Amino acid sequence: MPGDFATEILGQSATKSSVKALRAELGLDKPPVTRYLDWLGNVFQGDFGSSFSGRSKVQGDQGDRSREVVGLIVPRLKNTLFLTGVAAMLAIPLSLILGISSALYRNSYYDRSATGVSLVTVSSPEFFTAYIFILLLATLFPVFPTISNVDENTTLVERFYRTALPVFTLTLITMGHMMRMTRSAIINILSSEYIEMAKLSGASRYEVIVKHALPNAWAPISQVIAINLAYMLIGSVVVEYVFNYQGIGRLMVGSVYNRDLPVVQACALIFASTYVILNLIADLIGIISNPRLLYPK
Amino acid sequence: MTSNKSKELLLEMKNIHIDGFSDERWHKILKGVDLKLYRGEILGLIGESGAGKSTMGKAAMGYTQPGCKIIKGEILFNGHDLANLSENEKRKIWGTKISYVAQSAAASFNPAHRLMDQTISAANRLKINPTDVLKKDAVQLYESLQLPDAENIGDRYPHQVSGGQLQRIMTAMAMSPRPELIIFDEPTTALDVTTQVEVLSAMRSIVDKFNTAAIYITHDLAVVAQMADRIKVLRYGEEVEEAETREMLSNPKEEYTKSLWSVRSLIKPEETNQDYILSIKNIDAAYGSSKVLHNVSIDIPKGKTVAIVGESGSGKSTTARVITGLLPQLKGEIIFDGKKLSPKLEQRSKEELRKIQIIFQMPDTAMNPRQTVDEIIGRPIEFYQGIKGKEREAKVIELLKMIELDETFLDRLPSELSGGQKQRICIARALAANPDLIICDEVTSALDQIVQEGILKLLQKLQKELGVTYIFITHDIATVKAISDEIVVMYQGEVVEQGLKSKILNPPYPDYTELLLSSVPEMDPDWLTNLLNKRSS
Repeated sequence: MPGDFATEILGQSATKSSVKALRAELGLDKPPVTRYLDWLGNVFQGDFGSSFSGRSKVQGDQGDRSREVVGLIVPRLKNTLFLTGVAAMLAIPLSLILGISSALYRNSYYDRSATGVSLVTVSSPEFFTAYIFILLLATLFPVFPTISNVDENTTLVERFYRTALPVFTLTLITMGHMMRMTRSAIINILSSEYIEMAKLSGASRYEVIVKHALPNAWAPISQVIAINLAYMLIGSVVVEYVFNYQGIGRLMVGSVYNRDLPVVQACALIFASTYVILNLIADLIGIISNPRLLYPK
Repeated sequence: MTSNKSKELLLEMKNIHIDGFSDERWHKILKGVDLKLYRGEILGLIGESGAGKSTMGKAAMGYTQPGCKIIKGEILFNGHDLANLSENEKRKIWGTKISYVAQSAAASFNPAHRLMDQTISAANRLKINPTDVLKKDAVQLYESLQLPDAENIGDRYPHQVSGGQLQRIMTAMAMSPRPELIIFDEPTTALDVTTQVEVLSAMRSIVDKFNTAAIYITHDLAVVAQMADRIKVLRYGEEVEEAETREMLSNPKEEYTKSLWSVRSLIKPEETNQDYILSIKNIDAAYGSSKVLHNVSIDIPKGKTVAIVGESGSGKSTTARVITGLLPQLKGEIIFDGKKLSPKLEQRSKEELRKIQIIFQMPDTAMNPRQTVDEIIGRPIEFYQGIKGKEREAKVIELLKMIELDETFLDRLPSELSGGQKQRICIARALAANPDLIICDEVTSALDQIVQEGILKLLQKLQKELGVTYIFITHDIATVKAISDEIVVMYQGEVVEQGLKSKILNPPYPDYTELLLSSVPEMDPDWLTNLLNKRSS
């Protein structure tokens, strides 16, 4: 990425000295390693620094008006968590049900159409899916708004209504993966000997799936759910941009555009830790659901 | 056993035809087999792998594996034709009226549930008795199957008990709803001989106690002789013959039936010498922190066959790994051909590596599935002897002839060979290095009786022609009798006994050898009864 905040904000006609002065003020003249270590040290103390933008020391202005990164991020993060939370609540149960049922009736027309459709949705990029939704549900049949504008005063019902299209998009792009993985995890287990044994001891189809297959499938299923939750959060970068939703993804894209590094760094940290934490939870579920790991020999 | 027999027909299977789908086409698995079973009777179903005996056993429940279907035939159980019942109606019979005991108990228990819950699940479905009554009954079943700590063993998970115990718990599970018929599908095949005796006697006594009818499926005639009133022999999906157990053993009508115990008729006169090709001295070895070999010393006479016997976990295969250098020993030394061998594989010379070859138990996993027979056998010739081109080709064909195959096999892939042919290729691969010593690790365990006989004969022939020395690792005493000159008995990582075959196999025995030898089933229907009487007295 060429340039930094100083060259970006002062424009092409800026003099070398003014660029240098702004760099010195923001600390951009220090070597990268020092800047990184400074930032890291501050983060451990809970200080994410201040945004570069929005700082203007006009004459008569007293002190610094630049905003804290935390104050900038928290409301956006809440918005993003709302969006992905709603999408997850829709996508996870739906894909589990679809995955399990298509494993149960595998190679039927139902299974084939479900896996076929999921292959299409999982292969389409999210912006494409988003535009299809806009075309269908906002332009041709204007049911939902194209732009998902929300603020603190928006009521919950209104929020659901306005975020409908981004939620649908996120649901659709993650559901395919989760459904297919659930399906193959269950099918894998259905071919094991203890499932045949369960059948031969008179267990019904439902019992075989819910009592015998599912308890052994939690580990792979929770793994794929974790990956997709993380993907939703990160995938929301594009979706939020398309629907102009005031989430953390949009904030990050904007900040990258302005070379507003403290904000970009904080966002990246949030995305990375979400990934790590979600995977950790999935691993814990894998251990808890497996007696072989929980109880020693 | 015979006294329990009534004349009331429980199960009648008429003209059963079953097809299976594999390799893109339908094959006939069963070609019109009949079967009759009376209440309280045990029928033995015997045959080699691929004979259709398991398919027949499952068909007795009206069940076929995915990819198989019943083409025609009737399965009359208590007057209902199971072949025509819906899944739902069959489910009411499965597990409660007819129950099933599978070969691999370890794989057949759901790892996610406690043993007690699995034991009573079928009986629970009947909703006749409340759960606590069923649990009490299960504990009693555990007790009568002589499981240790019967009160609490049900609280454990499958991975927390041993294979032999799991097999008995599965029998308890089958018995819990008091079925009219139990299908035992090779229930002791995966167990050690010493464990097999315990499981067999437990199963027999409990089936006797409740007067349950049973179909006992196995490939081991000696085992089925202990269990069954009547024996039916299957081959290629057809019945060979059927007779009362004693009649069958004393007077088999068909040649094929006689051949089923052919390995037991192979005999080799023992020879030995004091010229040792390999001596291992005071070897200790460990996997990580768990020590598996304790002070093991074995001498291998040149040009002879030494069998190492013992149950699983006795350190037989570990000894082989130490000799080959795959697992460096902690203590002790290996003298090969008068020279000390380095413990580590990487420090041995190519020539030392060439002289010791190994043949594994599973030929399927020991060969690269993407390489042709020519590549598999040709590679050691090129690697060790540097022979290439036409000469190499001639050498490969010579080896193929030695193992009684021919040049038409050159371009075949392992998947295009039968189990016995695959093992022959593995033998040729070992011979290609022109070795002095071949370690055979359970090479016949995965094969059928008749194929076993062929492989053992081949190995003997090669020894006579080439003077190669064998270390033969096995748990099967019949194989040992057939091939060895000397025997080493191992138990829990220690050598119990070593000596000539005639010395080891004849009294007086050390305790463990006695236990091991007496546990090998014999072709005598009274063997198990006599053995148990002897052991309890």
